[in-house]
Amino acid sequence: MSARTAVAAVSPRLPLRTRLVMFTRLLAIQASWNYELMLGPGLGFCIEPALRLLPGGRGGAAYREALARQSRYFNAQPYFAAVAVGALARAELDGHPPEQIERFRTAMCGPLGSLGDRLVWAGWLPFSALLALLAFGLRADAPLVVLVFLVVYNAGHLALRIWGLRAGWEGGLRVASSLGGPLLRRGPAVLSRAVMALAGMALPLAIWRVLRGLPVPPVPESEMVRAVGGVAIASAMLMAAILGAVLVRLHSRVEGWRVALVVLAVLIIYSVAR
Amino acid sequence: MMPELLSLLPVAIVGAVLGLDVVSFPQAMISRPIVAATLGGALAGDITSGLVAGAVLELIALEMLPVGASRYPEWGTASVVGGAMAAEFYALPGAAVVAIFASIATAWAGGWSMYGLRRLNGVWVRRELGMLEEGRPGTVTALQLRGLTADLARGFLLTLIALLVWLPFAAWVLSHWSLGRTPSHVVLAAVAAAVAGSAAWRISQGVSMARWYFLGGLVAGIAILVLRR
Repeated sequence: MSARTAVAAVSPRLPLRTRLVMFTRLLAIQASWNYELMLGPGLGFCIEPALRLLPGGRGGAAYREALARQSRYFNAQPYFAAVAVGALARAELDGHPPEQIERFRTAMCGPLGSLGDRLVWAGWLPFSALLALLAFGLRADAPLVVLVFLVVYNAGHLALRIWGLRAGWEGGLRVASSLGGPLLRRGPAVLSRAVMALAGMALPLAIWRVLRGLPVPPVPESEMVRAVGGVAIASAMLMAAILGAVLVRLHSRVEGWRVALVVLAVLIIYSVAR
Repeated sequence: MMPELLSLLPVAIVGAVLGLDVVSFPQAMISRPIVAATLGGALAGDITSGLVAGAVLELIALEMLPVGASRYPEWGTASVVGGAMAAEFYALPGAAVVAIFASIATAWAGGWSMYGLRRLNGVWVRRELGMLEEGRPGTVTALQLRGLTADLARGFLLTLIALLVWLPFAAWVLSHWSLGRTPSHVVLAAVAAAVAGSAAWRISQGVSMARWYFLGGLVAGIAILVLRR
């Protein structure tokens, strides 16, 4: 009996300890990220605990074949890679043919990358950051602002990784249907609108707090009044609107942080030289 | 010199841990500026200055999406440096401007250091390619651990070097600073808000009604501001 035929008889149950180890390893999936195999070695690292359940155990022929296959080139958004980890671990333990597993692996890269980028990097992350900035603008203390960000962001982050691993394992090679759910389909657009509303609300409040919050040491009352006065806030918002419009017009030709670096460098030189 | 270096070590260790969070482990975003700069400020003795610097940096960092193979500024270590500097010089009028400038420049250098780390990981992977193809147990684990260790060292060294470069620079610049606090902060806040606003605008491209949501939020924000004053 070949290794792969024997594999087909393996039960699809994954012990809790193995799941926990796989989940912990998922947090370090990008530790050896490189331009050659990208996430490949990380993916192999995360699936490896499940592969120990293959006939022959750790170091057996089935284990080595599967580990070599799973450590090749792979790329996806790191949180959504949990779906691939679960699905590929299930496919290996179910004993699917290597060619089928490799085709599936290749096909997963695109959807797990683009969905994750839109939902997490362009959605959940700015949403959580703007929520924290809104708390900052509403005069929350430092620990509360930090807590708002970390709790909100990581509630989504950890839930996504846990769901991904479970959905991947339960769906196996048919996991694509889990990615078509309403939450994942409509989520990015809903989050984009929420990000815009939060950005509109947080920006004037954050500007105000920055203007008010920086003169921490004893400052003459008159200067404090001027610092938080309507003229200062209006000037900042007008400058922000003009510069923001320029940045939007220059979309993809210039990055905002570079512009900020140049403006601040000019300000420093002016202030020192005059 | 030695005691000065020792006093920087706690900040450098925090920089190393937060630098690791950016990509390698656990990506829980404790490396975001609003968290990292606040921690840096707390370590340097003034958590509020760190928070304000973190908010400004967070506004600027909003536009960067840490997408796959792209090279982007590394805000984790940079924000620790910025927060610590803002707290260290908090009594001086231009402190925030100089701290944010140093932080952005460090983030830029940090982006290049991450590029270098990824190249180094590639060298190690190529060296182990034969063993990876054989599916040898332990090879992927060794690669992951090597990557984690190198990233930790990268964050530590970057934070330490940045502090050694920027602290004397800030001391010199701030001793010659002539602008008042208010105009400096107006420019700083305006630049940060412009970058954040344009970032939100870009994110919403192709989403119907998104710009109306922004305007609605803006009206609400200004209303809160006016009512509260």
